[in-house]
Amino acid sequence: MAALSTIAVMILILFQILREGLPVLHLSFFLESPKEMGREGGIFSTIVGTVALTLVAIAVGAPLGVGTAIFLREYTRESKISRMIRFGTDCLAGVPSIIFGLFGFVFFVIRLNMGWSILSGGLTLAAMILPTVISTAEESIKAIPRSYREVSYSLGGTRWQTVTRVVLPSALPGIFTGILLSVGRSIGETAAVILTAGSSLVMPTSLFSPIRTMSVHFYILAREGISMKMAYGTGAALILFVLIINVMAQWLINRYIRHRT
Amino acid sequence: MSHESKIIIKDFSFYYASVQALQNTNLNIQPKEIFTVFGPARSGKTTLLKSLNRLTDLVFGTSHTGTIHLDETDIYDPKIDLTHLRRRIGMVFDLPTPLPMSIFDNIAYGPKLSGTNRRNRLNEIVEKALRSAVLWEEVKDRLHTSALRLSGGQQQRLCIARVLALEPEVLLLDEPCSGLDPISTASIEETLFQLKKDYTIILVPHNIQQASRVANRAGFFLNGELVEEGPVYQIFTKPKDKRTEDYVTGRFG
Repeated sequence: MAALSTIAVMILILFQILREGLPVLHLSFFLESPKEMGREGGIFSTIVGTVALTLVAIAVGAPLGVGTAIFLREYTRESKISRMIRFGTDCLAGVPSIIFGLFGFVFFVIRLNMGWSILSGGLTLAAMILPTVISTAEESIKAIPRSYREVSYSLGGTRWQTVTRVVLPSALPGIFTGILLSVGRSIGETAAVILTAGSSLVMPTSLFSPIRTMSVHFYILAREGISMKMAYGTGAALILFVLIINVMAQWLINRYIRHRT
Repeated sequence: MSHESKIIIKDFSFYYASVQALQNTNLNIQPKEIFTVFGPARSGKTTLLKSLNRLTDLVFGTSHTGTIHLDETDIYDPKIDLTHLRRRIGMVFDLPTPLPMSIFDNIAYGPKLSGTNRRNRLNEIVEKALRSAVLWEEVKDRLHTSALRLSGGQQQRLCIARVLALEPEVLLLDEPCSGLDPISTASIEETLFQLKKDYTIILVPHNIQQASRVANRAGFFLNGELVEEGPVYQIFTKPKDKRTEDYVTGRFG
């Protein structure tokens, strides 16, 4: 029953959004920039904004998170420091996204004078996805058999060689899944993004340009009653994007796993 | 013995935290012999092997007293280059442990770690190692398929080949046949005979029969104590110690 209702909810959401949104989705909707606050035209600049923001978030958050996980699993034993780091990430995971937004606004936008920009927003999102990346990476590193490490050390491997040549390649599918979850979260985030990356509809030109992501666009269109039709169109495009990314990523992971076994 | 010992273990004791795993072991291993270390479970056999290439370092909270020398090298010298030591003393574990990569990459893993990257050279090393481990003929046409698809016996010979690729001086084999069927076991024992010509081998056999089939000398361990050592025929037919006799004749174990 519980499982069925989960699926039912998912189908309902999909159905609702797609029924309203699909009719709007023409090629021009994707390729034209919004006109008249989004009442007319397409969503091209918001797609660019979303992609740029997510790329910055992942480019910063993933290496940091995976690095932390490697440190926790391979370079320290259970100690006060590792427990503190883990406690910290757990706390971070529980912080509401609007608080991240506020922090990003105060710290990156104002304090570091980055303004509303892809950079401020990306860094804020990076902090937000960190707990997910760390815990999934840590779990998948933990799942690598001890014997792999023993073999690597016994063949004269250093710790770094063991990590980069045996542990990480084996943990990659798990790490990748964590990053994928983070991509989804970055794409979907609204509150933190409005506060840090702004809501400009102008096509960004650099990392310091303000942008509007698809989620923010959706929110503003609906919230300010600009155009429900366009809002649903944006929503449908958003869902399709996430779907395509997931399918492609799954395909890549499977290919990688097949290749190794 | 006429020639110098390869490995000299002197008054060596080993502890996991407060648990003593080896007590006051004194043992000399000769070059190019197969020395077999046998005894019931938890008698310190694996600890002895792992102390020799310091894989025990991977466990937290261990300590030791006494010394182990490999030729002139003090194995527990704090200044020792561990990666170099482990290349000199290779180890094969009780269960086959192919890394999740191709057969070729498994063998080439060790040489690549030490910076051998030229394709031709690696090809030579891989072929030679696989031939020495009597596996070449079975896998030469599928070197680039995953090592995980090999049978258990093949995987274990792959692990032996992987160690041989580093051209170590000493081979440590910890029950290399424990998970294998009799046919695979026979082929591994055959491999060991071949290897004896060039390597010093320390073997933990998976049963006493195997010890008597392949080894020159044997040492019997019980609760971390080396009870007695000597030529295989003597240990298995005329043991000096009552405990060895009881174990060999199957009264316990």
